[in-house]
Amino acid sequence: MSTVWIPQVLRASVGGAKTIDVPGATVGALITALVAQHPTLHSQLLTDEGELNRFVNVYVNGQDVRYLGGLETAVEDRDEVRLLPAMAGGAA
Amino acid sequence: MPKSYSDLLREARTKVREVTAADVDVLRARGGLTIVDVREDSERAQGYMPGSVHISKSYIEGQIEAAIPDRNQPVVLYCAGGVRSLFAAATLQELGYADVASMAGGFQAWKSGGYAWTAPVNLTAEQKQRYSRHLLIPEVGTDGQKKLLDSKVLLIGAGGLGSPAALYLAAAGVGTIGLVDFDIVDLSNLQRQVIHTTDRIGEKKVESARKAINALNPDVKVIAHEEMLLPDNVERLIAGYDVVLDGTDTFETRYLLNDAAVAANIPVVHASVFRFEGQLTVFQPYKGPCYRCLYPAPPPPELAPGCSVAGVLGVVPGIMGLLQSLEVLKLLIGMGDTLAGRLLLFDALDTTFTELRLKRDQSCPVCSDAAQAARAAGKPLPVPNFGSDAFVLGGPLGGAS
Repeated sequence: MSTVWIPQVLRASVGGAKTIDVPGATVGALITALVAQHPTLHSQLLTDEGELNRFVNVYVNGQDVRYLGGLETAVEDRDEVRLLPAMAGGAA
Repeated sequence: MPKSYSDLLREARTKVREVTAADVDVLRARGGLTIVDVREDSERAQGYMPGSVHISKSYIEGQIEAAIPDRNQPVVLYCAGGVRSLFAAATLQELGYADVASMAGGFQAWKSGGYAWTAPVNLTAEQKQRYSRHLLIPEVGTDGQKKLLDSKVLLIGAGGLGSPAALYLAAAGVGTIGLVDFDIVDLSNLQRQVIHTTDRIGEKKVESARKAINALNPDVKVIAHEEMLLPDNVERLIAGYDVVLDGTDTFETRYLLNDAAVAANIPVVHASVFRFEGQLTVFQPYKGPCYRCLYPAPPPPELAPGCSVAGVLGVVPGIMGLLQSLEVLKLLIGMGDTLAGRLLLFDALDTTFTELRLKRDQSCPVCSDAAQAARAAGKPLPVPNFGSDAFVLGGPLGGAS
């Protein structure tokens, strides 16, 4: 199980949880498992083709998976996975 | 038998190695040498050796350990003529400094030898008092304070992020603060936009901010740009500024600012907030990633509501805005390590900071080597345009409130 950190903007889609433990050997498998549990996340994280949306970054232990192996990036138990969508707010 | 002055001087000469100005010039070019100016403040104010540390002879015993913790560090001391530095060097030897020399002939010999010296930076008596807590920090000092006074910082937005940042940058003595904002002060702003006041509701934000800045520090020149950041004015607005602080509220403006700032080689200190969370980084062109490297495309509006839709705890932009001003000061003075290449996440509910590593995207249409070369050749790479209405959320979010 890896722990996925859910940013505030996505928490409404996961019943308010801040972290969710999901099984999977790759980032893609984790996200598939996460989306299976919480289907409303699908359009927020993935394109219709199943790719990561370009406005969502995924970090494994602080490293951007775009520069690792993308959705194929291997994850191990106790790895910390963070979803990070862009935020606009400048406190208007 | 009591000793005379000349006895003491003779003794010091037997103990302390003396070096000529020419020797010191060679040694300092080689690097690794600490030069200590032991003259009084009034003498240093007439000029000094570049890079020298100033500890007047009266304070040498008390302050040298903090200035030079390593007792094996090679040190050369100088005064005006080479006598006081000789006695000070003898003191350092007694304190256990192993590689100490005194420069014969002092600053007079240095100057008359034609070697480089730094013309004094003169702060007024009032500035010395106002910035005294900065002047006491070796990393800032008079030189750093002078850099701040000569600096120009542009704040995009005098809102939740820009308000605290503007106040502290003004207090720190940033000489010119530009403000881009076309909005007016509203009662709902005052929960976090601390530069504005209840009796200035209805005033233009740039004018309200100008009053607060001038009241805090009359050294600061405020340039009010009462306009929205747009494709046809962004280059003009950011031109000539040393650093830009991004306190905008829309993706449209953030991409616009990013592209222009990379092209103009101006660092952008970026922050964004959402309810209890904040993100912060420094986009330093070509040295770290840019905003497009971090987020190649903006999210749809429903996934990224601004504060006027989603709300925000007032102190969160306060904290993020102050961290932005910290990064601005570091960039201006050239001290410490900035957040270039690192994204700092703040979670106010847990009071935790998390750091993520960022990289330059070698396929970035704005800041990659290829993009830079294409721009230099007058044929910039095409850049996705995110300037559609899709990114303007319901309500008068504007660009900079």
